[in-house]
Parts: sequence; C-alpha cells; structure tokens
Amino acid sequence: MYKSLVLDADKCTSCLQCEMACSMHHEGMFNPARSRIKVFEFEHGARSIPYTCTQCEEAWCLHACPTSAIVINHTTGAKEVIADKCVGCKVCTIACPYGTINYQAASGKVVKCDLCGGDPQCAEACPTGAIVYQ
Amino acid sequence: MAWQKQVLRVDLTNGTSHKEPLNMEWAEQYLGERGLATKYLWEMMDARTDPMSPDNVLIFATGPLTGTMASTSGRYAVVTKGPLTGAIACSNSGGKFGAELKYAGYDMLILEGRAPEPSYLYINDDDVQILPAGDLWGATVWHTEETLKKMHQDPQIKVASIGIAGERGVRYACVVNDLHRAAGRSGVGAVMGSKNLKAVAARGTKGVRVADPKGFMQVVKETHKLLAENSGVREMTELGTNAMIDAMQDFGGLPTRNFQEVQFEGTEKINPAAMMEKRPNGHRNLLTNKACFGCTIACGRIAHIDEDHFTIVNRKEYWHASGGLEYETAFAFGPVVGVDDIDALTFAGFLMNEHGMDPISFGVTLAAAMELYEMGVITKQDTDGIELKFGNPEALTVMAEKTGKYEGFGQLLGLGSKRLCEKYGHPELFMGVKGQEFAGYDSRALQGMGLGYATSNRGACHLKHDTFAEDMEDQTGKGKALPCKESQDATAALDSTGICLFTAGAWGSDNLARQVDAACGGGWTTERFLEMGERVWTLERLYNLKAGFTAKDDNLPERLLKTPAPSGTAKGKVNELDKMLPEYYTVRGWNQEGEPTEQTLHRLGL
Repeated sequence: MYKSLVLDADKCTSCLQCEMACSMHHEGMFNPARSRIKVFEFEHGARSIPYTCTQCEEAWCLHACPTSAIVINHTTGAKEVIADKCVGCKVCTIACPYGTINYQAASGKVVKCDLCGGDPQCAEACPTGAIVYQ
Repeated sequence: MAWQKQVLRVDLTNGTSHKEPLNMEWAEQYLGERGLATKYLWEMMDARTDPMSPDNVLIFATGPLTGTMASTSGRYAVVTKGPLTGAIACSNSGGKFGAELKYAGYDMLILEGRAPEPSYLYINDDDVQILPAGDLWGATVWHTEETLKKMHQDPQIKVASIGIAGERGVRYACVVNDLHRAAGRSGVGAVMGSKNLKAVAARGTKGVRVADPKGFMQVVKETHKLLAENSGVREMTELGTNAMIDAMQDFGGLPTRNFQEVQFEGTEKINPAAMMEKRPNGHRNLLTNKACFGCTIACGRIAHIDEDHFTIVNRKEYWHASGGLEYETAFAFGPVVGVDDIDALTFAGFLMNEHGMDPISFGVTLAAAMELYEMGVITKQDTDGIELKFGNPEALTVMAEKTGKYEGFGQLLGLGSKRLCEKYGHPELFMGVKGQEFAGYDSRALQGMGLGYATSNRGACHLKHDTFAEDMEDQTGKGKALPCKESQDATAALDSTGICLFTAGAWGSDNLARQVDAACGGGWTTERFLEMGERVWTLERLYNLKAGFTAKDDNLPERLLKTPAPSGTAKGKVNELDKMLPEYYTVRGWNQEGEPTEQTLHRLGL
C-alpha cells in the first residue's frame, strides 16, 4: 500500500503555503500559477479546498498518453511525467477525470503532482495539517 | 532577486502606462513596500499638494518578501498623501491582491493624474489596460470584484477597489481587496476615487525568485516554527485579534462612549466567546478562520449574521459568510459607540467592507456624533430621524449604510470626527491626532500608546509602534520614549518587507533581517535593517514637516490629558505626554521643535 496525500478541507485556511512550496520544488520559484496543487475557495471564502492528483490506481492519463511519457514510480506509486518524452499533445488532460494534469504554456509540456519523489513539499509546508502524507 | 526590479507607472490623465526599472539604489536604502514607496512619493510630489488633486500620487507597493514562503507574505501598502489628515498616508493590507500584483511582475504600481472618465486598471502580466468603469462606477466593492472576475472570465483575478464612499470622497474611504481585506486608514480610497479609478484587477503568473533558495527555505522553516510555537500567535489563530477586548476591558483601556469611559459593560456580548457561542436557535456567529496569502497564523474571522436579526431579516443578499469581527471593528462598533448587539456589529463590519470604509474612523466619528446628540447640539432633524444615542444598534447600522452610500447625515459622518466636531463647534470631542481617529486603546491606561498616537506619521495609529510590555508594567510616562522610538523604527522596517505586523510577537528584527538577507542577496544585517527603518520613519517625518505639520500637532485631546480615567487600573490617571514628548524628540535626535537635526539627517543619509 502506497502512502498518499490526505487532504482535509476543514483544516485548510487558504494560506497557499502548499502552492508556493510546490512551485519552489518544481520550478525553482514561488509561483502559485505553476503549482501542481491548488486551493479553491467556496461559499464566500468560508470553505477552502486543497486539490491535487489522487494518483489513481488505474491512471487514465497514463493510458491515454501516445508517447508513454507518463510512468509509474513503483517506490511511491506516483504517476510521473517524463518531460523529455512529453510532446504536449494534451490528450492526458482530457483523459483525466479530475483536471489535475495540466498543460504549461511556458514549457509546452504537461505537469502533474509527482509526490516529490516521496517527500511531498506541500504536506511539509502546510501549517494546519490539512495536507498529510500517510 | 526577491524584487521584480520593475515598476508600473500609469498616467491616468493621458491614459498611458509604461514599465520602468526599479531604482535599486533606493531599494538598497528603503527596501520595499512602505519605505520604498515613501521615497518615491517624496521624490515625485510636493508634500504641500492638495491630497484630492490630480497632483497627488497614489502608490501600491509590495515588498521583497511579498509572494514568498516567508509567513504572512501577502502584504502590500498604499502610500499617498492622506485626505483625512493631510499627512503622509501608509495603509497596508493582506489578502491575496499584493502577491498577485507582484507575480504580474511589478514591485510597485504608481498612479498619477486623474482619468478623464471613471476607469479601472487591468493588469495581466505584461498586458496593462486602462478600461472604462462604466456601470461599475456607483457599485459596491463586492459587486465590482465579482463583476470584474466575470467580465474577464478569470476567477483567479485579484481585485483592489473602492466603493461609493471612495468615489464620493468620504475622508476615511479605504481600498478593499479580496472582498474583506483593506488598506484601511487615512482615506487612501478617497484618493483613488479622486483619480476616477474604481479598481485595479491583477493577474500574475510570473512568480518570484529569491537570491538564495536553499538558505531562504532554511530560515523560512525556522521562522515558521517560531510562529507555530508562540503562545500569543496561537491565541490569534484560535480567538482572532478580538481576544484583546477582554484584556483591555480588564485593564481599563477600552475606550467607551467616545472615550468618556475606559471599560464597557457589554464586552461579554461581543468578545470571542460570544462569537463562538452556539445560540438556542442553532446560530453561531463565527464560521471559521481564514488566512491571508502565505499566512501561517490565520487570525482572520469568517462570520455570518443571524438571518432573523432586524438588520438583514428582509435582505437575503447579506445571508452569507464574510469577514467577521476583529478587535478594532469590535471596538469601533461596540464600546466606543456603546453598542453590544453582536449581529449589528457584524453587519456594520460587512457594510464597511462592501462600501469601502475604515471601521475605526467611522466608529469613532459616529461616537463623537452620538456625544453631540446626547448634548443636544444635534437633533433628530440633523440625523434623518435616527435616535443617535450611545448604545442604539440601529443608529450604528443605518449610519454605516448611509455613510457608505453617501446619503443624508452619512455625508457629514464621512467628514471624519475632527471636521464634524469643528463644524458643530465642539472640536474638543474629536478623539484622535492629526485628523485621524484613535484605535481601541485608551492612552490614560497605556501611556506609551499615547506617545505613539501623538507621534505617528499617519495620524493616530496603534500599528506603528509597540510599547505594550512597557505600558502594562508601568502606568506613568517614565521609560516610554526610547521603546516607542525603537519600536517605531523596527515597525517601519517590518512594513517595508511585505510581512505582516502580527509576526512581531514571535519574530524580532533579526528574524526578519535573516529572511530579507537570504531573499535579497546578502548584506542585510539586523543593524542595517533597523537603520533602514529609522530612515523610513524620519523621511515620513520630513514629508509631514514639509506638508506644514509642527511639534504642536504631536498632541493628544484634552480629554486624555486632563480628565482622569474613571475606572480600571489607571483610575485617576491622565496621559503624561508632556513628560514623554521632549524625551522622545531627544532620543530621536530631533530638536524640541520636532525637527530632525542636521547630524541625524546626515547619519541616516537623508
């Protein structure tokens, strides 16, 4: 059984530390626009909901990819994008039922949560325990 | 690094904008946000300019830590000449707008002139457009924000806007961003309105880089821990800033009924316990807490009003969650106007956000009007038939709405307490300094607070110094001058980083300097950081001196200097400003006219 990111919306305050940690880890800068985890606000700000890839057991993004650019990391269970193989066709973004694999115009490729190789930075950064890796 | 090194300058008169490099020589001297914007303002405009004229300059400034993982990094400041005071105005705000503006690639947005027609500014990274405001002119802050997101088909846009109060020149109109965060004080929203600018809508996808990512992340981890483990900070998370109301009630520093008293009998009905209490009908005022951008404290309250309450029973548009009571709103709609109806207080708070007004100035102005009413100086004929007595919740909410919409007696309340009291021949009822109303701390109980109020560069303000520890320990004027001066400098430095003042309980200047140092590429020792703060403070003072202020304006109302506190720990005491002020000038290196000496200016490179 792999560990997974457990997201508890009741604990989220919408501080976006997760988005900054994610973008720093993957992009080398603080940039929520390029984060793999997103916080959405509802009910006039009374509810904040963090949301990212669930690492589906049967990963439709992986099956849809025509260049086999999405692979399983068998240590973490994460479905990872091999950037060198991705041609930016976006078929995976259509296949994903959750909208958590996204095209990035800057690189011309898709990006998704890779659990930071087993040390997810969003969970590390979350001050309230709304994101726990267990 | 940390800075975007770019300024967006908008000439509203001519409808043009251009990007220019940030003046890095100034950035090394004034860092960012409050400090750097003050330097730009000083260089760009004559301090004697009428604040409501097109020649006033309006600056939105982020700091080098804005938009980084440093906790509470969502701050931006609005710096301009304030129409409430005629002094320099520096109001800062949280929410998410500041970080978004910086992510679009700008440390600072400088607005000059006056648009020929009501307009708003749309910023999408490099794409900058001045667009007609159309029907948005005359709309509320909430409607404006919602409409702009829909019009641009982008829910990720962050908006800073003004309501009717700002359009119509209410002297304490504020700039509201993210529905309920505000650059609140001194009337910066009225300046925006005078420029015919309804809103700034920003979307940024460029991100922020720091000079030493590894070193920065290390110090961020340590400083996050300091906040998480600090009991005062934890209390702010759990109870919100309104925890202060019980402390001030016990201490006898809670200004009540326009500062005639210092303790309020209705405190228990509006304190954090009352906010959290589940009522027999199942209603609970507080829904949750919420963070501003990057904030690991999350002191913000999200609340809702009982749908059966008289204020909203037939107004479904207010049956939703929004920003709830914080200490200053609880004070300004509670004790100082004598009201203890928590739903009325919460509704007044909603109205301030919806219409874009500073709750402190509104509440303290209403308190003066209530005192005038009880004295018989004004009557129901003046107040549109409303019984303007202390304690009347209807008077509070009806006048909040009238002022927000600039209707009837609300137009007079929109003048602020000083102008209102002068108009009715009772200037002694104005509770403030340099035209700006006091916050919720009585300076007979808190001596150093009085000195801070008297010398604050934006008029009476509780956020520009911190002498709480000294004030709690000793209720005389002794030993207050130096901590007041030092904390003013430290706060000016903090306000120049992009970080929130509420970290100050857990972080010293050394913790801040280390974060700035790692983000900005070295050279920022604690000493340099604090000297920068003193430079900022002194430049603000120079601005005010040039604007016509003198040592005579570093003063407190007679009520605090001559009428003893009627109860509490300071019963029988008055504020000892006459003892503190000369010492303050001395420790600042100023002459007794309150002017920095040549030697002081030279030392600070001014």
